[in-house]
Amino acid sequence: MEERRVVATGLGTISALGADVDTFWSNILAGTSGVSRIEKVDVSDIPARIAAEIKDFDVEQYMPKRQARRMDTSSQYFWVATQQALDDAGISYEEDDPEALRAGVLAGTGIGGVETFEAQFDILRERGPGRMAPTGIAMIISNMAGGLASIDFNLYGPNSTVVTACAASANAIGDAAEVIKRGAADVMVAGGGEASITRFAVGGFAQARALSTRNDDPAGASRPFDATRDGFVMGEGAAVMILEEYEHAKARGARIYGELIGYGMSADGYHITLPRPGGSGAARAMSAALDDAGLAPQDLDYINAHGTSTPANDATETAAIKTTFGDAAGDLAISSTKSMTGHLLGAAGAIEGLASLLAIRDGVVPPTINYETPDPECDLDYVPNEARQMPVRTVMSNSFGFGGHNVSLVFGSVDD
Amino acid sequence: MDKSEIQSKMTELLVEELGLDEDKITMESRFEEDLEVDSLGVVELLMALEDNFGVQIPDEEAEQLTTVGEAVDLVDSKING
Repeated sequence: MEERRVVATGLGTISALGADVDTFWSNILAGTSGVSRIEKVDVSDIPARIAAEIKDFDVEQYMPKRQARRMDTSSQYFWVATQQALDDAGISYEEDDPEALRAGVLAGTGIGGVETFEAQFDILRERGPGRMAPTGIAMIISNMAGGLASIDFNLYGPNSTVVTACAASANAIGDAAEVIKRGAADVMVAGGGEASITRFAVGGFAQARALSTRNDDPAGASRPFDATRDGFVMGEGAAVMILEEYEHAKARGARIYGELIGYGMSADGYHITLPRPGGSGAARAMSAALDDAGLAPQDLDYINAHGTSTPANDATETAAIKTTFGDAAGDLAISSTKSMTGHLLGAAGAIEGLASLLAIRDGVVPPTINYETPDPECDLDYVPNEARQMPVRTVMSNSFGFGGHNVSLVFGSVDD
Repeated sequence: MDKSEIQSKMTELLVEELGLDEDKITMESRFEEDLEVDSLGVVELLMALEDNFGVQIPDEEAEQLTTVGEAVDLVDSKING
């Protein structure tokens, strides 16, 4: 049997850069920062007080209050992105639709329902277990975004959730493609959601000394590969792509954004938060993805980097790119859209996957904004500050997570 | 608190705490069939009743409740004897 190919036929997203794909993409190409002072929680006693926060999210614009109040914000974001992506793909299933049995979900999240967890833990301490919400556990558990998507959009096929921290939704996309390739589904909702601008999560990342404290310059705080970078800036939101078996997509005349042609994974096996110095773990994931795609190093046009703006990541990722691509590294366009979106943690891989597909669609590479001061350890072409028009046929998207999880996806254009 | 006050407070709680549509709530409304309140919703309602009326409602008594009116009667009997 010929190998089943997997293409993306629908996109959806909500983030600080906008509540739909068009707004997101025009902000990305304009080099707009989504970072601002944190307003949704009190962070006055936390050193990092900025994030790419979604302002004025009104969930009742998308669903009745009765439905929303049983969903953690992270699941609400995922739900919104899923609805957009299904609409974009022109897919919807009635309850008894046999096609729905061949449609599934693979979601990723870093910490799941942390906002609900904090609220319920406060109730436990202040009022005791007898006043905790009966819906609390169901709202907190990390798999619920995917569960709710299956319930509300009638997706009865394979349904799973990946929790590899900041690599989670990249893993979800790769795993979803493998589900389709082995014939277990024809359509997969793949992506991730994260809503962790909370005291627990911001405070915790700040204690790990992972966050930028450039509080007086929010828009300039996420500055991947710049010599003065001082940590990542938290973001929130969700991104979802509809992955579909190629012949299935063609048969129904679906618009195809691109094909998932490579998926590579590795583990650093080194440290709970730090990347292995030299980046050999990340390099193995990138090489595995290139091999899976059947590409030589010089065949790749663009890397949407993990590029978190932490001192350690950006230098290590640069070293890993050089290891993987050798002489071809200098010819690559590389950028980090986290300079604008902030770091969506478990949803980062998915929103960067969207940026990768849109780069292919439009023949334009997003910029790395706030790039001002070169760092000798980061000496490649990071597409500084201005989007670049160029043919984009192949894109690698990198995502690395606490625990040493390394994931690289490769997307390719589809000629028809 | 007399029964009519209990009744209006009950409606308010069903709207505020369970997110129900006020127009659909009558004293004859059945929680499960008419208002689509599931087992988790029943627990939410119990907590709201206990907090707002200062009464204790054991699970065994709660399990007997079918309609909004029955819940009003139960609270009324606990408050007003």
